[in-house]
Amino acid sequence: MIDAWFFAVIVLAVLIVLSIVRLILGPTAPDRVVALDTVNTLTVASMILLGALYRQVIFIDVAIVYALLSFVSTLYIAKYLGGEM
Amino acid sequence: MVVDLIFLIFLAIGLIFNTLGVIGILRFPDVFTRLHAETKTTTFGTIFLGLAVVVYGASHFFGTGDGQYIVLSVHTIIAVIALAFTNATGAHAIARAAHRSGQKPAEAVVDRLAEVNP
Repeated sequence: MIDAWFFAVIVLAVLIVLSIVRLILGPTAPDRVVALDTVNTLTVASMILLGALYRQVIFIDVAIVYALLSFVSTLYIAKYLGGEM
Repeated sequence: MVVDLIFLIFLAIGLIFNTLGVIGILRFPDVFTRLHAETKTTTFGTIFLGLAVVVYGASHFFGTGDGQYIVLSVHTIIAVIALAFTNATGAHAIARAAHRSGQKPAEAVVDRLAEVNP
């Protein structure tokens, strides 16, 4: 049971590194924003799995706050890219 | 144990769909196709990873009667709902910003947003 959670977290960490490759390579700014959004979503998923792995509810509370704050930052970056600020 | 099997199936579905989303943003040629590949598959996969945690917490709550497992399940449900709503709205905002900043879809036949908002 513990090994399944740990394997899943390691796979998500590898996926986050692959998304950071697109964030570095991305030709334009909206590509980088898409890669950053992927990194945020995968970070929330890995925090939920870590909360189940260590049986700590505080990880999942941090995941809720992280999801809402990353949504606000994505909206601000999108407003800036669209030339509306 | 059938509960362990359900939990492992949900975990496998979540990891497979997250992997497909990351392969999509690495392989697709355009920002709109990358956004299309990323936001739907990653949201779907993360919902299934949350469902695995919910099933795990509920089975341990009914097995042991410990109260912290049901707190784990309820907070995971709240986190997954917040993530599902904010991901859809954020993807819409990114696509609109990319279109307004001058990127056009590469091989599009119809572009309705360019007619409304040139």
